[in-house]
Amino acid sequence: MHFVSRVRQRLDDPELQRNLKRTRGRNAASRAAAVAAFPDFDAVRARATEIRASVLRDLDVWLERFEQKAIERGATVLWARDGDHACDLIIDIARRHGVRTVVKSKSMVSEEAGLNAALEAAGIRPVETDLGEYILQINDNEPPSHIIMPVIHKSKEQVSELFARVHGTAPKTDIEELTHEARAVLRPEFLGADMGLSGGNFLVAETGSVAIVTNEGNGRLCTTLPRVHVALTGIEKVIPTLEDLATLLRILPRSATGQAITNYVSMLTGPKQAGDADGPEHMYFVLVDGGRADLLGSEFEAMLRCIRCGACMNHCPVYQTIGGHSYGWVYPGPMGSVLTPLYQGLDKAMDLPHAATLCNQCGVVCPVSIPLPELMRTLREKQVERGLRPWSERIATKLWAWVAARPTLYALGTRVAVRYLRWLADGRDRIQVMGVAPGWTAQRDFPAPAAKTFRELYAERRRGGGQ
Amino acid sequence: MVAPGSRGEVALFVTCLVDLMRPSIAFSALKLIEAAGYVAVVPEAQTCCGQPGYNSGDTAAARALARKFIAEFERFPYIVAPSGSCAGTVRTHYPDLFANEPEWRARAEALAAKTFELTQFLVDVAGVTEVPGDFSGSVTYHDSCSGLRELGVKQQPRTLLDRMPGVKRIEMRECEECCGFGGLFSVKYPDISGAIVQRKCDAIRGSGAYAVALGDLGCMMNIEGRLRRNGDELTQVIHIAELLAGDVGGQG
Ligand code: SF4
Repeated sequence: MHFVSRVRQRLDDPELQRNLKRTRGRNAASRAAAVAAFPDFDAVRARATEIRASVLRDLDVWLERFEQKAIERGATVLWARDGDHACDLIIDIARRHGVRTVVKSKSMVSEEAGLNAALEAAGIRPVETDLGEYILQINDNEPPSHIIMPVIHKSKEQVSELFARVHGTAPKTDIEELTHEARAVLRPEFLGADMGLSGGNFLVAETGSVAIVTNEGNGRLCTTLPRVHVALTGIEKVIPTLEDLATLLRILPRSATGQAITNYVSMLTGPKQAGDADGPEHMYFVLVDGGRADLLGSEFEAMLRCIRCGACMNHCPVYQTIGGHSYGWVYPGPMGSVLTPLYQGLDKAMDLPHAATLCNQCGVVCPVSIPLPELMRTLREKQVERGLRPWSERIATKLWAWVAARPTLYALGTRVAVRYLRWLADGRDRIQVMGVAPGWTAQRDFPAPAAKTFRELYAERRRGGGQ
Repeated sequence: MVAPGSRGEVALFVTCLVDLMRPSIAFSALKLIEAAGYVAVVPEAQTCCGQPGYNSGDTAAARALARKFIAEFERFPYIVAPSGSCAGTVRTHYPDLFANEPEWRARAEALAAKTFELTQFLVDVAGVTEVPGDFSGSVTYHDSCSGLRELGVKQQPRTLLDRMPGVKRIEMRECEECCGFGGLFSVKYPDISGAIVQRKCDAIRGSGAYAVALGDLGCMMNIEGRLRRNGDELTQVIHIAELLAGDVGGQG
């Protein structure tokens, strides 16, 4: 479905609009409070930006160092070209270890790769254990609408109804009760699963570890209880040192949910060693390129700094209006409007870079200072360069620029335009239907212009000896 | 009070939208610049800063207009626009347009450093403490995105409004939220734009202010157009220049 129709559908969905309204501004307010209570915020933001930017300058070096350390600690590191390749690698691992059930903690790269569908097709049962992801999975594998709050588009009443239907239990409306119900379903899954799959917030090169931040503790269970742990993430997630991790952990939760720190921060380094109380027997890293390497050295390299905090969408007027599903792929909001065309193809997401007011609320809050509006604008440029914009638009822009470069002609053009608009207004102070810009008058009146342009009036004033 | 015209020249960039739609804003700006002791000059061949082309991804068109703008305005000590968005284009984007042309880049940077949004110029450069206007009524100020986030225009208009004894300033909730205009965005994605501007109108009405003042005509037309479409004929939408210059009527 086309972006505009998806948007229309979302705008016409009263339930979704109610849910969006309920959560609008909530995360932004939490972040603002956390930033206000943390005097070092700007300095840490600058440092976090530098850490991420410097890693990208030598990404291959840091990845090799990570790989070496991870191997030293007994893990296996596999490299995936793209999402499909990642699925193949994970299915291979599962087969090698006789895995029938995989418990998963949240991973956006898994969404990118379409891993659940691939596992199911291979006869392996994936079970999402992040509460939000679990809700989506039992609702016919609905896609997430936010990168850290995947069911932000649903109300607790909708979840209650879903649980009652799928679990065959009496409907509950208390959130705690609903959580207990999910926990009761998921407990045996953790205990019975043969493989745990997690994402990875950061890969620490100096230790070969993956760091995972969660609020539910499911990440911990997924990565320590089953025999096999697979950490699936993008190649850009590597950082050099534990000290860098400490810096990034000071800014990620604050930017995401306004927490000083998440409830759980797990550092996983290799499989269970002799003397360890728990841990998997086998640990794998599946590190996905999926279009990332192509961004290195390009004008879009800054996008790879992203630490997936979600602040940009939490502050985006467009996201807050249309919800995450309107964006059409895994990543919504400003970061999605940049990533989707880059990973899926410029021509596959023509609207996204344009469906933004460039208000820069996102760029201001991004903890790693990604100039998101600039990147959207650069994508617009790429569309023009590749001749992807409609010819009418290209001609209109060219014509406008040609006229604007010729002051006399321009002055004439504006005089004519003003008269035309006045004629349309027909003596009133506004125009209610305007053929040249129907989009404008579909949503608001067009205030009528003054009788003459400034240029005309100023010339008259000067002739009149006013100056 | 400084002697009229004793502080040198200031070039006014009228902006294409003001030229076309609301010339009175430019006359108010001239009045304010002159009241601050400068000679206000209007370079005649000016047209548009090129922002529509720039935001549409037509860099070649934007660059051509940027060259024209630079050549026209660079001889002045100050360049002032009654728009955060247009001043923002010159200040923050012109240098980027010439990343590969060192000579033009240097000229763009020199120009950027002396280009200001009107209230920013009045407060930060001219040190104005008195304005000619005598508006009376309650006013809420909407922070337009480019002015706020590209130029840091936040306190300047409020400082000046607070200098006017008849103005009762009220903050609306979420005054820094985008109004949903976004240039061509407003006509390309009217449904989204309409929903966003509706929230802005609700915030304005919720403040109970008689008037909303702001520094960008694009946002003004968006907000005024939506208020009127909603049947609100009362809430006044006023450009900060007109309000400060005393060129609009007040409450009652
Ligand atoms: S782009 Fe910035 S704000 Fe958005 S998710 Fe990534 S790190 Fe967070």
